[in-house]
Amino acid sequence: MLALTDVRFGYAAREVVRGVSLTVERGELVALVGPNGAGKTTLARIAAGLIAPSAGTARVGALDPTRTPRRTLARTLAYVPQRYELAFPFTALEVVLMGRYARQRGPGLDGADDEAAARAALERCDLAELAGRRFDALSGGERRRVVLAQALCQGADALLLDEPTAALDPAHALAIAQALGAERARGAAVLIVTHDLDLAARFADRVVALADGAVVASGPPATVLADPRVHAAFAVTLHLGALPDGSRYVVAR
Amino acid sequence: MNFVSAHGRLTYARWLALLAGGAVVALAIVMLAPLVGPGADGHGVAVMSPRALWSGGIDQTIVWDVRLPRVLAAALVGAALAGAGCAFQAVLRNPLADPYTLGVSSGASLAAVIAIRLGVVGIAGSAGVGGAAVIGALLAIALIWQIARVGSSLPPATVILAGIAVSMTCAAVSMLVFATSDFAEMTRILRWMMGGFEWTRMTTVARALPTVAIGAAALLWHGRDLNALTAGDEAAASVGVAVGRTQTIVFVAASLLVGTSVAIAGPVGFVGLIVPHALRALFGPDHRVLLPLSLFGGAVLLVVCDTITRVNIWLPVGVVTALTGGPFFLALLVVGKRRGALWRSE
Repeated sequence: MLALTDVRFGYAAREVVRGVSLTVERGELVALVGPNGAGKTTLARIAAGLIAPSAGTARVGALDPTRTPRRTLARTLAYVPQRYELAFPFTALEVVLMGRYARQRGPGLDGADDEAAARAALERCDLAELAGRRFDALSGGERRRVVLAQALCQGADALLLDEPTAALDPAHALAIAQALGAERARGAAVLIVTHDLDLAARFADRVVALADGAVVASGPPATVLADPRVHAAFAVTLHLGALPDGSRYVVAR
Repeated sequence: MNFVSAHGRLTYARWLALLAGGAVVALAIVMLAPLVGPGADGHGVAVMSPRALWSGGIDQTIVWDVRLPRVLAAALVGAALAGAGCAFQAVLRNPLADPYTLGVSSGASLAAVIAIRLGVVGIAGSAGVGGAAVIGALLAIALIWQIARVGSSLPPATVILAGIAVSMTCAAVSMLVFATSDFAEMTRILRWMMGGFEWTRMTTVARALPTVAIGAAALLWHGRDLNALTAGDEAAASVGVAVGRTQTIVFVAASLLVGTSVAIAGPVGFVGLIVPHALRALFGPDHRVLLPLSLFGGAVLLVVCDTITRVNIWLPVGVVTALTGGPFFLALLVVGKRRGALWRSE
């Protein structure tokens, strides 16, 4: 569903992404991890068609994201950027309704079906009570969840999220992970860029570790997070543990 | 909190009610304003009976031939400036953006002054000056857009600084052109630079109407896109907005509005800034409501200000808009500061 093939990005002097290949199939949740400045966000923006790779190809389904009209692409791919700032005081519901853009035509208003989809997405992100609140009056974690609800409300088959659980308390981080798990179960391809290694270890089907713009290791979470090359990239040793029910956790030392 | 969005999505019923309300107020003001004028001997205020509209005689001539063109021109210019201001604020994601602060008005003025100086056209307000002003507005906004962009972001301070720089440069060059003109041109340019609606005739209104209508329609068509764009280019692109195309259309449409206004009335400040702000505080930021209401609100504000100018003939209309707009805006700021209504709280 999402496929990057030998993607490169950067300028002659400094290449930020150096030949990365990566696929996410339908019904799969892949976590892209790596130290700060590894090129994760750049890679996500290439996959979302916001920047064109200097070499290699990006595909969302059969679409080339930089050459596809944004409206067409948005029906297939929902992208949640790391930062989301509104210049004016829209309410949470209004922000989520913006996610319906690609499903609408022309200059009209949002219909009852749009509102139903938006409210369902708010519900799934545990925000039903906050629908009428102003976005700029919400806490950082609540804003993240509103933007996630906007992406869910797009009804896309591929989800691309840049640090979806940053600034979230553990309960809400877990809720988000479960919402993404539900998207996977529905058959969506989910790619998350994250520093939350517990989340990656517990919920991802595969983990791709990136360092210096290149893939260091890729595979099942337990294998990748135990890989010494990954530890070298993060400059820490990662210890994997598991609870009796099988959920994994990671401790960095 | 505002009247529109706290209860859920914007329904057609509420949308229609708000727009109908705005239209009724605007229409009432436009119809009543021509009945108001200076009293006998130029002192005080005289209000004619509505019967003057059809009773024949000198009053009917005054209302229909003298005052109505002027009122309609003020309404058109006010609507155009407020609509353009609203659009600029959305696309530049900057609450301080308006045709005046961005230097778009100055760019339009400079182009118009050059057109007059070069003798491209005879008298102010003719099609040539209008066309030149539109081109000037477009060049100014293109320049600011190029200067202020840092990657895909638009730092608010840079936008306003670029606007100030463009504005001051254009004003200086305008003065230069003025200073090198001969006496006849100087008179023409000066009369035009002072702004106002004193010399407006129905033909001017008729000529400006199509451009304003096209510009306003293009902006209204993109209300939903403007909403998405207030979250930034990438966020808007992610939900499906064709960002580049939308920005181009909005800039061209807004330039049409500003250029046409400047050609009719000279540079008029404040309308494009305060009208969208006041209405946003009352009715929320959804551009599908805010834009049409700004058009009505701008028309109302400028007609009221021009009516005050007509009653006190020694007052330029720009002074009146600043004098009514300034304190009103300050009051909004004080209230807004308490409620955090105008700007992002972070």
